[in-house]
Amino acid sequence: MSPDDRKYTKEHEWLRVEDASSGLAQMGITAYAQDQLGDVVYFDLPKVGDAVTALEKMGEVESVKAVSDLFSPITGEVIQINDELIDTPELVNEDPFERGWLIRVTMDDPSQLDSLMSAADYDAYVGEL
Amino acid sequence: MTHLDLRTSLHQTHLDLGARMVPFGGWDMPVQYSSILAEVKAVRSATGIFDVSHMGRLFIRGPQAAEFLDWVLTGSASTLGVGRARYCMICNDSGGVIDDTIFYRLSDERFLVIPNAGNRNEVVRWFQGWIDQRFSVGCTMHDQTMTSGLIAVQGPGAARLLDRVCTDNDDKPVSNQRMFTWIGGKFQERDVFVARTGYTGEDGFELVVNSEDASFIWNELQEQGALPCGLGARDVLRLEAALPLHGHEIDASTTPIEAGLGRFVRSEGEYVGAQVLQRQREQGVERKLVGLKLPGRSAPRAEYPILYEGQQVGNITSGSYSPTLDTSIAMGYVLVRYASLGQLLKVDIRGRITEAEVVKLPFYTRSRKSSS
Repeated sequence: MSPDDRKYTKEHEWLRVEDASSGLAQMGITAYAQDQLGDVVYFDLPKVGDAVTALEKMGEVESVKAVSDLFSPITGEVIQINDELIDTPELVNEDPFERGWLIRVTMDDPSQLDSLMSAADYDAYVGEL
Repeated sequence: MTHLDLRTSLHQTHLDLGARMVPFGGWDMPVQYSSILAEVKAVRSATGIFDVSHMGRLFIRGPQAAEFLDWVLTGSASTLGVGRARYCMICNDSGGVIDDTIFYRLSDERFLVIPNAGNRNEVVRWFQGWIDQRFSVGCTMHDQTMTSGLIAVQGPGAARLLDRVCTDNDDKPVSNQRMFTWIGGKFQERDVFVARTGYTGEDGFELVVNSEDASFIWNELQEQGALPCGLGARDVLRLEAALPLHGHEIDASTTPIEAGLGRFVRSEGEYVGAQVLQRQREQGVERKLVGLKLPGRSAPRAEYPILYEGQQVGNITSGSYSPTLDTSIAMGYVLVRYASLGQLLKVDIRGRITEAEVVKLPFYTRSRKSSS
């Protein structure tokens, strides 16, 4: 069961709102995504200050065997990236929903959250794959 | 998998172990059971087992068997002693590589040739064509791929592990075997053919087993402590050891000389491709296979461009993060003037231009301790 304190995308990313008033949110990839990828060895993430756009590619995640694009669920600005992933990218395999978070953003338009899936919807979607 | 993919006699075992399966060379094969990095580590530090039953097992027999193989292989069959194995290539008229193979001499008139899974049909066609044309009187070929299994047991712990469950037919330990030899043996009453060969750069063995014994033998090896390892780990291990993979470092349009495999090509004698290969040996080649080391963990993949001062001077053939070396490694072809050790080049990794250094191959060599 995916944690229900956050929203999900078909590309297997999650987004958790940390402070609604400032639009602060945290993003990552799901347990399903890291399982599909296998051992993650490298992240190509946007830099602090970069803009990200809903549904557009914002970076890449590379495992031993595969490379996957990362898509941003929402439009906003990157304000922090998870430095721990530089030396220990495998955090994403070990703990994709907490210590394996990828970036923090400020959202331009919180109504974009309405287009994202709930945990229950996401789990149902994965069940069909 | 499609309904056309073949299954080895261990297919259900892999499913029971929760392996992730992928189509490979026409077969439905395990790419990993746990994690590729953990499986690589197990082979480098202990023992891993691989189902490689998808590879072909072609038995060549008859008074002209050696003569036939001398013709189609770059290695010599007639000078190979009984009980020994040899690595070489099967080349076409242009010196291009149809397949690389390890072949074994079972007796004066019997040989076992092991082609890659994806090339088995092509090799069978190629061999049968020459047998029919020139050696039909004294040579026959039998494809026993479907009635046997092939299990690789690889790692510094392989010999000790195998000694607990396996002996040769004289009850002697298999660990006495020299590298690149084979013996007939017994794995707890079951007949096995035990070769001290492998594709990982570690000590290890490859067991040809009867199909009906495969899962018993696999389960027993696992009981003894061997970790199941898939094709994902196998690819990282062979790359660290700089062993070529057909379809990447070698194929029908590359020659063994370009690939740096001239030591497996006879300088004398008549065999398919000899003239082109001899000429390349004498006159040199335009491009060479090199090893590259890159910083960090993001690796180039097959066909990514290799650059020098903005110009493309070659292509990657294989690349991966190497957990054993904790850096990124790759092999690729470059124009010879950029092939010297220490040459600094750049590789385009999906738009990220990354530094690369030409390094000596292999990337990894196992330590040969005297304990066994």
